[in-house]
Amino acid sequence: MAIVPGLVKGLGVTLSTLVRTVTKGSNTVQYPHEKEAPPVRARGVIALHQDNCTSCMLCSRSCPDWCIYIEAHKELAPPRREGGKPRQVNKLDRFDIDYALCMYCGICVEVCPFDALFWSPEYEYSEPRISDLLHDKTKLSEWMETVPEAPALEAGAEKKK
Amino acid sequence: MSALAIEIPYWGQSLLRVLGGLVAVLLPAGTIVYVFLFKMMSFMQSRLGPMEAGPYGSLQLVAEVGKWLQKEDIVPTNADRRIFRMAPIVVLVSTFLLVAVVPFGPDAWFTDFETGIFYALAVSSVSVLGILMAGWASANKYSLLGGLRAAGQLIAYELPMVLAVVGVVIQAGTMNLQQIVVAQNSGSIFGFDGLGNPYVLTQFVGFLVFMVAMQAELSQAPFDMPIAESELVSGYMTEYSGFRFLIFFIGEFATAGVFAMIASTLFLGGWGLPFAWFGWDSVDSVANWMNVAGPVIVVTKMMAVTFLVMWVRFSSPRLREDQLQRFAWKVLIPLSLANIMVTAVFKVVA
Repeated sequence: MAIVPGLVKGLGVTLSTLVRTVTKGSNTVQYPHEKEAPPVRARGVIALHQDNCTSCMLCSRSCPDWCIYIEAHKELAPPRREGGKPRQVNKLDRFDIDYALCMYCGICVEVCPFDALFWSPEYEYSEPRISDLLHDKTKLSEWMETVPEAPALEAGAEKKK
Repeated sequence: MSALAIEIPYWGQSLLRVLGGLVAVLLPAGTIVYVFLFKMMSFMQSRLGPMEAGPYGSLQLVAEVGKWLQKEDIVPTNADRRIFRMAPIVVLVSTFLLVAVVPFGPDAWFTDFETGIFYALAVSSVSVLGILMAGWASANKYSLLGGLRAAGQLIAYELPMVLAVVGVVIQAGTMNLQQIVVAQNSGSIFGFDGLGNPYVLTQFVGFLVFMVAMQAELSQAPFDMPIAESELVSGYMTEYSGFRFLIFFIGEFATAGVFAMIASTLFLGGWGLPFAWFGWDSVDSVANWMNVAGPVIVVTKMMAVTFLVMWVRFSSPRLREDQLQRFAWKVLIPLSLANIMVTAVFKVVA
């Protein structure tokens, strides 16, 4: 009979939640009509800063779902110093992330050595057709506008050179 | 139908009864689903539930039914086709047969059985057959387990339910549900007749046992092992889709409503108001307007009883199968047997 107080307690919890929801409103919001701002560092979508990308393929290779597609070709860029040889740089032809496959682990963002990938809290990009979830480099670059400023460093933190 | 001044031919009466039965089964079922399943459960989980279809989501059920009707009626390849298709209908029919004995007013009844409660308890067991048929014919291990669990559970809890009712029958001295209502409302407690004598007061143990057994008969949590969506993938309903799933769904909540009506008839005074209020002394002297007020009173009490059932359902986790059986055989049945004994002694002595 020891379970009886527990049962009564459970009934009390549900009833008080019922009364609170009716009198003070629910904990949830009616999504399309009202929206809650996601936290600044929420993992909504991954944005691409094209100028920083060297097409090193690290993100693509470390992606557990293989959902990043990169193609690039080599180009000659003007030398850094007067009289030097022209530099060879990789130019992105294609940088796609298939959000139908992405599992939002963020390994690509972590692994990028040149700060070309960023998390953005934007989350409203569902599509009626699954193929439209493949974001190309133009679209990924557009997400850069939604990337929040990096939070200020803590006092005494080691500054990156 | 004697209260009506116009004479209705037999076929007309039958037609009216069929229509009345449909209303008495489907209307409470829909109300229960909306009020309790959609809204109360949501509120108990601090959310709003359906809000889009109609004002406050009141047309959600219409939308759901529309969706189910559009779906394909799938029968698994290895299933026993005819039995698979018949099973949901057997379950629903038992509900319709059940409502036939519930009285809604002095003249507003479908049938006035002398052994009404006996019939009701007998017919309510027919749904077990439907569930077993569904579980067996699906040719699916989960469905089979669910069907067997349902059979074991419904038989185990049929017994305390019957025994709990016996107490009421002894006290009322009749098995006729109409007479049980009259006995409650014309009764008195120690000479005070302002409340009548609803048997929930004298038969409180019986009421408790009946409610627990009802919870199990309706296979609502904490007794929902036959359905157990997390382990048996909805048990005997696993293979059902579309229209046939809809029939199971209606059957579940319609049976909840009808059982709640029977519980309020047996223990809460049914359609009646205490007869002393208006100076009525027998069922023949009850005013005609009770035929209109009666159904409203029954439905109000039904909602109260269903609230209890659903409240427990939404608050309790599922029991284990052996705990379920042990509870029925070792707690409920001895309790209701003791209740019968005490009631019988009081009946003879008092």
